[in-house]
Amino acid sequence: MLRTGAVLVAGIIGAVVLNAVLAEFIDDYVVRVINLCGVAIVLAVSLNVINGLCGQFSLGHAGFMAIGAYVCSLFTTTQRYYDAASAQYVSEPSLAARMAEMFGADLAAAGSEQLQSIAAWGFLPGLIAGGVVSALAGLVVGIPALRLRGDYLAIATLGFGEIVRVVITNIPQIGGATGLPGLPPLANTSWIFAVCVVCIVFSVNLQRSTFGRALIAIRENELAAEIMGVRIARMKVMAFIYGAFFAGVAGGLLAHLLQTISPATFNFMKSIEVVVMLVLGGLGSLTGAVVGAIVLTVLPEALRDVEREVNLPGIRMVVYALVLILLMIFRPQGIFGQRELSLKLLRRVIPGGRK
Amino acid sequence: MTALLETKGLTIRFGGLTAVDDFNFVITPGELCGLIGPNGAGKTTVFNMLTGVYLPTAGTVHFDGARINGKSPAQVAALGVSRTFQNIRLFDELSVLENAMTGAHRHAKINLFDSLLRTPRHYREEQRQRDKAYRLLEFMGLEDRAGLTARQLPYGHRRKLEIARALATEPKLICLDEPAAGMNTLEKGELSILIRRIRDELGVTVLLIEHDMKLVMGICERIQVLDYGKTIAMGTPREIQNNPKVIEAYLGGE
Repeated sequence: MLRTGAVLVAGIIGAVVLNAVLAEFIDDYVVRVINLCGVAIVLAVSLNVINGLCGQFSLGHAGFMAIGAYVCSLFTTTQRYYDAASAQYVSEPSLAARMAEMFGADLAAAGSEQLQSIAAWGFLPGLIAGGVVSALAGLVVGIPALRLRGDYLAIATLGFGEIVRVVITNIPQIGGATGLPGLPPLANTSWIFAVCVVCIVFSVNLQRSTFGRALIAIRENELAAEIMGVRIARMKVMAFIYGAFFAGVAGGLLAHLLQTISPATFNFMKSIEVVVMLVLGGLGSLTGAVVGAIVLTVLPEALRDVEREVNLPGIRMVVYALVLILLMIFRPQGIFGQRELSLKLLRRVIPGGRK
Repeated sequence: MTALLETKGLTIRFGGLTAVDDFNFVITPGELCGLIGPNGAGKTTVFNMLTGVYLPTAGTVHFDGARINGKSPAQVAALGVSRTFQNIRLFDELSVLENAMTGAHRHAKINLFDSLLRTPRHYREEQRQRDKAYRLLEFMGLEDRAGLTARQLPYGHRRKLEIARALATEPKLICLDEPAAGMNTLEKGELSILIRRIRDELGVTVLLIEHDMKLVMGICERIQVLDYGKTIAMGTPREIQNNPKVIEAYLGGE
């Protein structure tokens, strides 16, 4: 407990320091790519629990992200929309603003700086609420997962993601198809990497526990796991809830990083993207998930420069696809396979190292 | 002595095929019984019905006084029935020790947050499972291999690991499905001693499916013989060996 606590505190302090350093010395574009990497890591690591450890092929991660993003935005952002019934634009203050009002703040008289700090107070509760609502959705999706396997489950979860997207498109109060602009830029490097640290530490702890072993047992041989008394239903639903929670939080972070969200942000390509990160890194390896997330976020950006050099607009995505195809041909188990980065592995890889 | 496991009229049909027909069987605590028969006689199907994998078409199974036909495999496991598989079903990517620890998972009294936050309860549980698993690996003679992944184990050891994993669930009854298949004579000799020790030292009742007659006749106190899903004989090894119906089933009649 002490060690986990110490690692968490150190990690969060590290995130704050990283934020200060990046803001001081690195240009905004690079910082933004680093931030996107952080969000991608949370997404990949959380999906790894469902797809990698438990072996339940889920394509619903974008749906969980969307839920988290929209719920979180309710806490921080004034929702403006056209009300067809009264034929006028309506403006709904954010939950944070309403709370501030209840405590006696005068919003009408408040300056923009003050409004921003009020919104910032809504961010953490928003992230948590987004995660919790998303986890509830995970519970709902986890139940059909008990009856479906393999491709069928993939299609069902894909359907879930699309349902979420279509439902959001049809709620004008949260922007409908046009989406929600003007989210405050609250997700800085501190927030993103603090969440990253929490997600990674918890996932490592999960993996190396009786629950992690039970999840892997289900993946390896469901019947044998059940005969050994592993409660399959409970464990599968738990994996979905866990994965959905962090996907929801990551959605909230992404929303406040992009500052504009629309249903199209969370289409099924987003889910595929996260799955590709996992497969690239090595399905079932947490280290692989982290590496896959970084590579697939940085690669398309790095290729922009290549594109400029050779003056062939669009070649970037061709190269990106080629890299993936080559990897699948020559290393289908992913970069890490199911191994984890550990001292043992380092010693084996580094020549002359102790065996 | 009251029965530990009792089946009455146990029958299962797959479409037009009656795989097991009117199977009646009793085992009392502390017994070491064998279930034999030619290939396709329905022995493994019986195990699958006993452990909740298949739902019998007719008949009942009582274990320790409770009716268990219709219960899920996990519920049956919770009551104290464990088994091994004819086609080995280990968790290949987990280590040998972790495989055995998975058997002890069902007794864990901690929740997810204990493990996520690494509370003292989590460490106590890990220690309990590790001790339990390691003791059983020692019992089966696998303690040197604890750190290997299950995939790396040679065949005979894989069979032994399955037994260790099943024992880690702390069963009252263990059903062994052809534990000696693929083992050499030496390993078979070791195994028959181990099976007897499971009953004598760990106090677990053993039900054994096995094709190796020397092993079955050497350690079982009572044997029931299946052929085409029907019980054709039951009795002590000596009685079975001299039963004309059994000889006919194995060697063919006129």
